[in-house]
Amino acid sequence: MTPMLEVNAVSVRYPDRAVIESLSFSLASGQIGCLLGHSGCGKTTMLRAIAGFETPAAGEIRIDGEVVASASTMLPPEARRIGMVFQDYALFPHLNVTDNIGFGLRALSAAERTARIGEMLALVGLEDECRRFPHELSGGQQQRVALARALATRPRLMLLDEPFSNLDAELRERLGLEVRDILKAAGTTAILVTHDQHEAFAVADVVGVMVDGQIRQWASPYSLYHQPVDRHVANFIGEGVLLPGVVNASAQIEFELGRFDGPTPAHCGVDGCRVDVLVRPDDVQHDDASPVRATVLARAFRGAEFLYTLALPSGQKVLSLVPSHHNHAVGEEIGIRLELEHAVAYVRE
Amino acid sequence: MKQLVLVPLAAALLAGLAYAESVTVYSARNEQLIKPLFDAFTKDTGIEVKVLTDKEGPLMERLKAEGTNSPADMLITVDAGNLWQAGKQGLLKPIESKTLNENVPAHLRDPKGEWYGLSIRARTIFYNPATVKPADLSTYEDLADPKWQGKLCLRTSKKVYNQSLVAMMIAQYGEPKTEKIVRGWVANLAAPVFADDTKMLEAIAAGQCQVGVANSYYYGRIVAKDPKFPVKLFWANQNAGGVHVNVSGAGVTRYAKNEKGAIKLIEWLSGDKAQNLYADKDMEFPVNPKVKPDDLVAGWGPFKPSIINMSKAGELQGKATQLMDRAGYK
Amino acid sequence: MSSRLLPSRGVLCALPIALLTVVPLLVVLSSLLDPQAEVWSHLLDYVLPGVLWNTLLLVVGVGAGVLLLGVPLAWLTAVCTFPGRRFFGWALMLPLAMPAYVLAFVQVGLLDFTGPVQTLLRSAFGTSAWFPQIRSTGGVILVLSMAFYPYVYLLARNAFLTQGRRAIEAAQTLGMSRRRAFFVVAVPMARPWLIGGVTLALMETLADFGTVSIFNFDTFTTAIYKAWFALFNLPAASQLASLLVMFVLMLVALEQWGRGARSYQVRSAHAERIALHGRLRWLATLWCGTVLLLAFVVPMMQLLVWVKGVWADDFDARYPAFIGRSLLLAVMAALLVTLLALVLAYARRRYRDAGTHWLVRLATLGYAVPGTVLAVGVFIPVAWLDNVLLAALRPFGLEALAIFKGTLAVMLLALAARFLAVGFQPVDTAMQRITRSQEEAARSLGLNGRQVAARLYLPLLRGGLLSAALLVFVDVLKEMPITLMTRAFGWDTLAVRVFEMTSEGMWDRAALPSLFIVLAGLVPVVLLIRKTES
Repeated sequence: MTPMLEVNAVSVRYPDRAVIESLSFSLASGQIGCLLGHSGCGKTTMLRAIAGFETPAAGEIRIDGEVVASASTMLPPEARRIGMVFQDYALFPHLNVTDNIGFGLRALSAAERTARIGEMLALVGLEDECRRFPHELSGGQQQRVALARALATRPRLMLLDEPFSNLDAELRERLGLEVRDILKAAGTTAILVTHDQHEAFAVADVVGVMVDGQIRQWASPYSLYHQPVDRHVANFIGEGVLLPGVVNASAQIEFELGRFDGPTPAHCGVDGCRVDVLVRPDDVQHDDASPVRATVLARAFRGAEFLYTLALPSGQKVLSLVPSHHNHAVGEEIGIRLELEHAVAYVRE
Repeated sequence: MKQLVLVPLAAALLAGLAYAESVTVYSARNEQLIKPLFDAFTKDTGIEVKVLTDKEGPLMERLKAEGTNSPADMLITVDAGNLWQAGKQGLLKPIESKTLNENVPAHLRDPKGEWYGLSIRARTIFYNPATVKPADLSTYEDLADPKWQGKLCLRTSKKVYNQSLVAMMIAQYGEPKTEKIVRGWVANLAAPVFADDTKMLEAIAAGQCQVGVANSYYYGRIVAKDPKFPVKLFWANQNAGGVHVNVSGAGVTRYAKNEKGAIKLIEWLSGDKAQNLYADKDMEFPVNPKVKPDDLVAGWGPFKPSIINMSKAGELQGKATQLMDRAGYK
Repeated sequence: MSSRLLPSRGVLCALPIALLTVVPLLVVLSSLLDPQAEVWSHLLDYVLPGVLWNTLLLVVGVGAGVLLLGVPLAWLTAVCTFPGRRFFGWALMLPLAMPAYVLAFVQVGLLDFTGPVQTLLRSAFGTSAWFPQIRSTGGVILVLSMAFYPYVYLLARNAFLTQGRRAIEAAQTLGMSRRRAFFVVAVPMARPWLIGGVTLALMETLADFGTVSIFNFDTFTTAIYKAWFALFNLPAASQLASLLVMFVLMLVALEQWGRGARSYQVRSAHAERIALHGRLRWLATLWCGTVLLLAFVVPMMQLLVWVKGVWADDFDARYPAFIGRSLLLAVMAALLVTLLALVLAYARRRYRDAGTHWLVRLATLGYAVPGTVLAVGVFIPVAWLDNVLLAALRPFGLEALAIFKGTLAVMLLALAARFLAVGFQPVDTAMQRITRSQEEAARSLGLNGRQVAARLYLPLLRGGLLSAALLVFVDVLKEMPITLMTRAFGWDTLAVRVFEMTSEGMWDRAALPSLFIVLAGLVPVVLLIRKTES
């Protein structure tokens, strides 16, 4: 089966610099992808290139097998049959909700259009607001209108550019799940661009971490968290620290918290190769029986859990996620134990 | 857009066919003053007059740009300086006319016959009789005397009438003396110079100042409406070269299509009927010595005009303007 | 990248329109090749120092004046509530219909030594010596500010109506007082609109001759006229005009540089009006009333008094034709200029290259050139073209003296060259308010360029287009030099009548055509108002 979206070695260059260098990925039909990265990493540019608002300098973009951008082809945005949700929603201020949603449906008969708008209003739960104008809606409602407007035309591919960044945190999380449900219900392939990993994990099936115009890792949220390919991704995704360690003769990794099996990093000779080991807060378990002692430096209450910042005897800091009935004061010494299936380690730089 | 071009184009073409029976005039004298004369001319002769009004400068540029294709047969201005300038720029054509030579005194027409004065505009002294006795007044030069300090009102030097006045003074006295006189005027001013003669005359009436210089017909217009207007006219320089006069006048254009018609019109304008109309319509003085001025105007008494040839006004206008700039006359 | 050497499509769009202005300007600029040493040494010694200083005072003074009048009035009527707000909302735009020279003549007439105010003071107190001289720098700044503030008022009001209240509320939540918020948030947010309004006011001020003449206030423009009409040196006059054009270009570049990369796209938002209380509300009413009285009611009454005196003599059968031509010219010029302004604003938005940008700037320079100078700049190439064509066609039996000269088409193109800036400002600011994402959203919904224009641009630009058309309409009604220079024989308009009367100082008789100009101008002003009322 052909992927719904294929991006093959695409580069986008501005007069003064390259924004995207030879970037590739693909999405299967119905899959929700995400480009995750700090601002300026090129993620929005990539999205706009897929939409047709930027012209790639090299490479090829296919939607549903059709070449929409290549050295010889540049299909204009309106011919790509895509839907797009903008960061500022870009609702049309002179049209009410119904007309905004129906904006792209001019090819349909009046009856079909009304029916389709009705479906969309139901899908996003805005039936009661259909006569309102954009400025009369809340941020979340505007967001849903933007989504419904883009979905109404049954696009082959939905593009979402930081769609939740204008919303408050609570709404962001709820709407993220809602949007995922709506997209899945519509069976739409989508790609989301964001700098917020929670948003990415909540919405996307597969996430690409972008740095300097390139995708460092293209994987499921689970893999990104547990097997980040490099220290940059490891730092960017989730919380955690890197502790110094050494590869021993039996290809195990030894460091302050113990000795673990793990794939040793490439380019790392066995025995004596110095590495950094990724330690996630959920890997560090509270265990009073453990010989390893650490001092509580700081703690953050998260409801069900505490996130403790601990100092190891060597002075190294680690984070630990502990059920909240283990209430320890700052300065207290507690026992910890590291639970790792495989250590994830990178060659020390 | 096509029709926008074609309709007026067609109109222009039709107008082109009709111009043999008409005279086309570019006039800086405004329409309400000149139109009644043209109407009377058409009635007398059957020749139609088409007129286009604008300021002198643009009219001359128009003539220059149009060159041989200019529809204009005749140029009318309200001062001699601009006529002289038009002549200098080669926009006028010298004509020979016995009638004009008889009707227009020699100093009021161009020696080469390129233009002819048609009405006289006298620029003289006005005073407030409550504060000034006629015996105190004599000449334009005298207004520079310190005794008038804080009592004099003048119109702006940007108006051509003052440029002509100073030009004629340069012709009479030379530049150094004239500049001294103009500096004296500026030192005597009671108020910033005025934008027009009417406002200046009103300032004399209101007592803001006591004396000033204006064209007589502006005064005439006010007095015709308000006979009790408390300002009197004094004929300047009666023993020193005469009252400064300017002319409004006309010349035939270089590429006139209907030269004969244009000459006929100018001749007619210098004749009795037109000269009377000139006098009535704007209270100017006729150039034709055989014609009497309007009653109200005649009431100001006879006066001796300056008889330096008007072409001096044109020749020296630039110098006069520069002189007034130097003297700080705004 | 090979297309780099070819002009962009934006340049191709903007070039023909820019030529309308650029050709006459080039005619003016060509004078630079013809140095006039003698006149220049005189001008440099005795004329320019004074007029440069005066012009500077005028630009600074009128710039500050129109802001001080326009911004608070716009703020009060757009954002606050006070007695008479609705009335003042539209009434304060009325001075737009009043020609500046009429306002100037009336104000000087009223407030000078001989006027009724000082006469009354003298009869009461024996002297009016302490009364400030109206024919002074202060006076001319005051009158020009009153005449041109509606440009700022109109544009600032649009800005405040759409964003003001919400912005203030946002700032207040950040702990700012309302007063501070006005200066720190609302005014800076309205900057493109304010700049647009002030630019129009200053360009008109720089090019103004009629008003400053009434004050006998020497400016750069009066120096241009002096060089031409008094020193008979058109090349020197054109050289001065070229300097003026370059000065304006510099200002434009400076503004551009100052604006930098800031973006002013805003989303419309609604919020509560600010209710003024106590003495403040009546002060607001009083302030609005005073401005309206001085800038419109008083000159209007004076016009009516004069008209009463001359109506019987002057109103004749030709007036319907004068009015008809004025309206025809104004309507057609308004439509043409609005269309051209739309193309320019679109080209500038769509094609962001420097070539397009500067062509658009050049195209809108005509407003800063004194009308008569621009008129000559228009007439010379048209007459030249006619001469060439006539010479070529004469062998084929064409017997005519004009082909394009004196046609309505040339008149309209010349007026367009003069008033493009007036039309461009409101269209361009409206265009800036359509966000890039709105346009992209429409494209991503399957609309092609033309459909985006029809379904997104036109509805969202309607207000700006209407403002443009109406401003141009009113300006063309009042315009004199270009109408005089390009009209056909006998094709006189109301403005031509005003010229005929005022050129001989017959202000009372000029009142009749002036009144018709004001009345004709009121129709669009009222329309404009209904559009912006929300």
